[in-house]
Amino acid sequence: MTTLPQNTKKRLGLAIDLDTCVGCHACVISCKEWNTSNYGAPLSDVDAYGAAPDGTFLNRVHTFEVKADGSNAQTVHFPKSCLHCEDAPCVTVCPTGASYKRTEDGIVLVNEADCMGCGLCAWACPYGARELDKVEGVMKKCTLCVDRIYNENIPEEDRVPSCVRTCPAGARHFGDFADPESNVSKLSAERGGLVLMEAQGTKPVNRYLPPRPKADVSGDAQIDMPNPFLTPATTKPEGFLGWLDSALEKI
Amino acid sequence: MPPIAQPALDTSPEVSDEIRKTTCYMCACRCGINVHLKDGKVKYIEGNKDHPVNKGVLCAKGSAGIMQHYSPARLKAPMKRVGERGSGEFEEISWEEAFEIATGWLGPIRENAPEKLAFFTGRDQSQSMTGWWAQAYGTPNYAAHGGFCSVNMATAGIYTMGGAFWEFGAPDWERAKLFMIFGVAEDHDSNPIKMGLGRLKERGAKIIGVNPVRSGYNAIADEWVGITPGTDGLFILALVHELLKAGKVDLEYLQRYTNAPYLVNSDPKSPEFGLFLRDKDDKPLVLDRKTGKPVAFDKPKVKADMAGTYKLKGVTHRPVFQILAEKYLTDAHTPEAVAEQCGISAERIKRIAAELAHVAFEQEITIDQPWTDWKGEKHDKMIGRPVAFHAMRGISAHSNGFQTCRALHLLQILLGSVEVPGGFRFKPTYPKPVEAHPKPHCKVTPGAPLDGPHLGYVRGPEDLCLTGDGDAARIDKAFTWENPMSAHGLMHMVISNAHAGDPYKIDTLFMYMANMSWNSSMNSTKVMDMLTDKDESGEYVIPRIIYSDAYSSEMVAFADLILPDTTYLERHDCISLLDRPICEADAVADSIRWPVVEPDRDVRCFQSVLIELGARLGLPGMVNEDGSATYKDYADYIQNHQRRPGVGPLAGFRGKDGKGKGRGEPNPNQIQAYIDNGGFWIDHIPDEAAFFKPWNAAYQDWAVERGLFDSPQPYLFQLYVEPLRKFQLAAEGHGKIQPPDHLRQQVKDTMDPLPIWYKPFEENVVDLEEFPLHALTQRPAAMYHSWGSQNAWLRQIHGANPLYVSGEIFAEHGFKDGDWAWLTSRHGKIKVPVVKMDALNAKTVWTWNAIGKRSGAWALDEKAPEAQKGFLLNHLISELLPPKEDGMRWSNSDPVTGQAAWFDLRVKIEKADPGDQISQPHTKPQKSPVGQGPKNIAYGEEF
Amino acid sequence: MHPAPSVIIFTSLSGIGFGLMAWLGFGFPPATGMTAFIFFFIAYALAVGGLIASTFHLGNPKNAIKAFSQWRSSWLSREGIMAIVSLFVMAVYAIGLIFLEQRWQIFGWAGAIFSLVTIYTTSMIYGQMKTVPRWSMGLTPALFLLYALAGGALLAGQVFPAALLLTVLTVVQYVSWQIGDTRFEQSRHTIETATGLGSLGKVRLLESPHSSPNYLMKEMVYIVGRKHAQKLRIIAIVLLGIVPAVILLFVPFSHMFAGVAVLSHMIGLFISRWLFFAEAEHVVGLYYDKR
Repeated sequence: MTTLPQNTKKRLGLAIDLDTCVGCHACVISCKEWNTSNYGAPLSDVDAYGAAPDGTFLNRVHTFEVKADGSNAQTVHFPKSCLHCEDAPCVTVCPTGASYKRTEDGIVLVNEADCMGCGLCAWACPYGARELDKVEGVMKKCTLCVDRIYNENIPEEDRVPSCVRTCPAGARHFGDFADPESNVSKLSAERGGLVLMEAQGTKPVNRYLPPRPKADVSGDAQIDMPNPFLTPATTKPEGFLGWLDSALEKI
Repeated sequence: MPPIAQPALDTSPEVSDEIRKTTCYMCACRCGINVHLKDGKVKYIEGNKDHPVNKGVLCAKGSAGIMQHYSPARLKAPMKRVGERGSGEFEEISWEEAFEIATGWLGPIRENAPEKLAFFTGRDQSQSMTGWWAQAYGTPNYAAHGGFCSVNMATAGIYTMGGAFWEFGAPDWERAKLFMIFGVAEDHDSNPIKMGLGRLKERGAKIIGVNPVRSGYNAIADEWVGITPGTDGLFILALVHELLKAGKVDLEYLQRYTNAPYLVNSDPKSPEFGLFLRDKDDKPLVLDRKTGKPVAFDKPKVKADMAGTYKLKGVTHRPVFQILAEKYLTDAHTPEAVAEQCGISAERIKRIAAELAHVAFEQEITIDQPWTDWKGEKHDKMIGRPVAFHAMRGISAHSNGFQTCRALHLLQILLGSVEVPGGFRFKPTYPKPVEAHPKPHCKVTPGAPLDGPHLGYVRGPEDLCLTGDGDAARIDKAFTWENPMSAHGLMHMVISNAHAGDPYKIDTLFMYMANMSWNSSMNSTKVMDMLTDKDESGEYVIPRIIYSDAYSSEMVAFADLILPDTTYLERHDCISLLDRPICEADAVADSIRWPVVEPDRDVRCFQSVLIELGARLGLPGMVNEDGSATYKDYADYIQNHQRRPGVGPLAGFRGKDGKGKGRGEPNPNQIQAYIDNGGFWIDHIPDEAAFFKPWNAAYQDWAVERGLFDSPQPYLFQLYVEPLRKFQLAAEGHGKIQPPDHLRQQVKDTMDPLPIWYKPFEENVVDLEEFPLHALTQRPAAMYHSWGSQNAWLRQIHGANPLYVSGEIFAEHGFKDGDWAWLTSRHGKIKVPVVKMDALNAKTVWTWNAIGKRSGAWALDEKAPEAQKGFLLNHLISELLPPKEDGMRWSNSDPVTGQAAWFDLRVKIEKADPGDQISQPHTKPQKSPVGQGPKNIAYGEEF
Repeated sequence: MHPAPSVIIFTSLSGIGFGLMAWLGFGFPPATGMTAFIFFFIAYALAVGGLIASTFHLGNPKNAIKAFSQWRSSWLSREGIMAIVSLFVMAVYAIGLIFLEQRWQIFGWAGAIFSLVTIYTTSMIYGQMKTVPRWSMGLTPALFLLYALAGGALLAGQVFPAALLLTVLTVVQYVSWQIGDTRFEQSRHTIETATGLGSLGKVRLLESPHSSPNYLMKEMVYIVGRKHAQKLRIIAIVLLGIVPAVILLFVPFSHMFAGVAVLSHMIGLFISRWLFFAEAEHVVGLYYDKR
């Protein structure tokens, strides 16, 4: 199934708000926890208590520092998982047909029963979204919790990816980018959702909502006030006490 | 070619056989969790959507609970030490033998000298129970870990406004328009704060983060103030200066709800100088604006004057507000005067002050909700100042932390933004004034209980815990002139004092869940030496140590008797209103833990062990008249213990019918009722009682109904804290109880009844040219103290900690990525890997807290990165200041509360030869009594 | 990219093996019988040995058979199919030559062309990778084909073609390195485009997502020192091209010197192939601030 569908009915994905993400890694571990005992093989941890632990994770949070000349640096927490690209190169390179993009919702999946663990799809992905599990030898990736979002054994309100349900700050939004009226489409439109490495031509579905300007970087106060500074309550000779007396009189 | 069909996929797999709802314990937030079980094993843990704390979300630690529960570091059975202390050599014993050893030690101590037992608990959440046990035992030496954690904030908050930050209150996330957050760690209330920040972002409110490090919450702040550590008080008082100068303070709020109008004796020659003028009934007096006469502060319909003065018998009495305004309007508090020290430009300070004023007074919000105040005056709406503040360890873990926290409360109160819509709100059982708290107790009677609760709030020198000859009654020297308001005790001084025999020697040190030989102690290397030190006779200087923990921590290696605790999923617990409850600003709530899985090892819940130990020792309240045990176990205690008639550990589902809220007889099915309700109980505060709680008659009545108080406890905020002045007055030579001469000046200087700022003590004792940098720790969101390192998932995120060095210092020393450095303080020297960080105060270095581990601990490989590259700053920090000529031991703590001054640390940095790339000092390995974890894991294979 | 021995051996051996096969298919040398057997044995040993080596890096080799199914989109699948087809077609030709003294030239030509196509498909496994700008250029298939043809000619004892091809290969390899060195910059991928944060300033990684290295870093982020690489390049180019070409052109033919030329070429080939992987920078390294 390595050819890509011409177009998918839905384009399910995530809008990740970099202005709200505090970098707490909640999504990372919730993802690990759900996916290690659900879809496909477990996500193993090699040398789990040893000198060089190395586990399979489908979502990882990077921390970047961004600095423009002459102004304060800012810290940006950056969660990264599969972007479920429309032109997913990871799918087309797959020799066994294990990788595929679902026609109904655009989710990119690995059918582990077909995967031979060659790792080529991970090479083809510019975003580092695929990790070969060392114990099982098959390719693991974000499933957008395909076994949650339609799961009739889960209360309807919880039928979202595990990372979205758990995110404490509400920085992760799940929805259908094919629907211009969806929450994610609107958020992306309002906030200028970023496309990562557009030049790769992968047409990622996921969008990143950029950090809003910081007052200490841009120098703007942000709060709209007539005067940037306070003026003294009084300049009269009676001084502060005089002001206080008259102010109390008004109460 | 026809397209190949997509593989068939089951999109509705069974998630689990059963969901059990309990309370998380991966940090101190106490979120509700749904534990999914399959075939009796924990398959998935998610947040409980109905739970008041986390409303369904869960952090990394919470989701990693599976790995904590199945951690290879879990202790398996009681153990007694067979090797030397510190070696980690143990022999497993039976519980019967463990109890015999413990009672063999503790029984005689109680009969002869109960103070020879020091019982200190760490990060447990059962202090109302452990304190009750210690009181029944009769030792004065009990406290939890607050002294090295939060006491500045707690004490400053309670003395000033009857409640504190931390998790005892919260910003009004739904209404605040400007939110300022100072030095907040991610180990308390973190999910609520993250949810709140998300909500503020959604509503477009502005967030200002004040922290030397731009990580975590500060990363998303709309404005970051990279303040120089230890100068927050200076910055805050400059904001106060600006607001006062511009008259941008809420005078009506101050007049009604605070002691700003109280008349203060202003005659320096008077023995009552600085105390309130009081009437016959001991009520403070205010000036009636209408009559110009002094009247009791609580007289209805009086508008108090703050502009006048009152002369009585030649002594001028001035309202607090005048003294306050005079103090902060001086040039010493101008933005220009403090800018350089704080590392914040004067313009910026002025602009922030203007923003605070603008939002508080020009963007006022109102809720159409009538309410009645404690004087019976009716208000037709609730007026709010949508400026909210929050703060934690960053401002409090300094030797000027108490006064800095007070300064922040002063700022909040001047803006009229506490307990109002849009401001900071208390969570029940707060607000609660000092008067509603006990005083400390320390009277020891061999073979009998202590004369009252150990910890409390002193009102003046007469409440200190001193022996007849003025020595410290407690081993930690809490409630002495060194730190009179040490309301949480000083756990960090216990080992050091016990080793020094100052004020006296002890026999047994009994600790629970506190890694005191490692990351919870200042001076870890020396503490390990103290724990293993022997006297001339070859006996350990601290003769016996009993320790309870669930995991093979560093502290385990230093104990003589180990009582293994369960994991949090295997035990009963109550998150009680008698302790640190989980309430919301809008609701009272408490919760339980219950064994959602059974232990597969010979371990027992520590509190059950304590109850059995109490019964075996015959402690009052724990044995019946016939000598049988009163409580079978902790669960039995939780359900049946009554602290006051009708009030017990759990407030919900009380009474035989289970309908009692807050009050009622014990209910034999109470725990089951909690389980059926999702592990918690919640009761919402009526709308008319939701704000202005300290002064709101409806709230006060509701609080009495719910058993929070036995009578209404309305009170005013204390901008001017008279008890502080009483200590100062004694230090000035007044009164019978006098401080020792060497502490006189310190008390005078630091116990100012109005917030002040003074230099952190370390800066007076080190050469600032030699040690130009500040060194701090921050708490990673994905780790809780030392616990996370045994967690296969979390340790992959934070398996080692570099020292983050500001870009300026990095360049100055010619560091490159991958370099190592020597970091030296007046006390010690460590070798650490360095990483550059620009979003950092230029004079500061920092690292993640408690990542460094001792080789052999936590069932990790001896070559684990935590032990090889990970490091602790603790080695650089001494619990004592350097010796002065007086030969006294001066503690490195806040002089008011005794809070460990972790963040005062000053260091220098030098490039180091990377050598073997192992951080120094490298403590020699401890033997793991539980072996080492498996090589690989693939959790979930079985499902 | 991680220079895994399995992929280095695979591409090197199967490349030279199919290269030799192509020469044999076109009838150079026109050997039959035992001589043909030896040539074909070497060609098959190299080609098949390389293919077997390639399976060593599979995580789940039991599904390897499924790799022939996705020829419509996957170069790896195409490579698998073409390799098998080439080996079969060439087998028919070889059986004719070795056992029947028959030269079924049509199979020889077909086998030779299929072998070259196989090499092309191998090269396109790498050449298609937009994520690795150094590989993603027309020179990659050219280089692979040149390696195969030159190495094949050397093994096939085609002295002058080999010398010529080795010389051309040396030049093309050198040019590939020079051009390859600029490919990442030309691709315009930076940590700023990777994160989308460029409008805010210069971006750098402050904290890696996990404190210990993960699969992505081990597989896709390999840092080789510039000086070290330069040294290896010189050694590679001397050994793979210059030494054998000089021997072929200026040393009278002897089996020993031919052996030295082959050995030298093979060592050079392995080094250059190691560099091919080790120097290849994957764009995912940008997220780890490692280039």
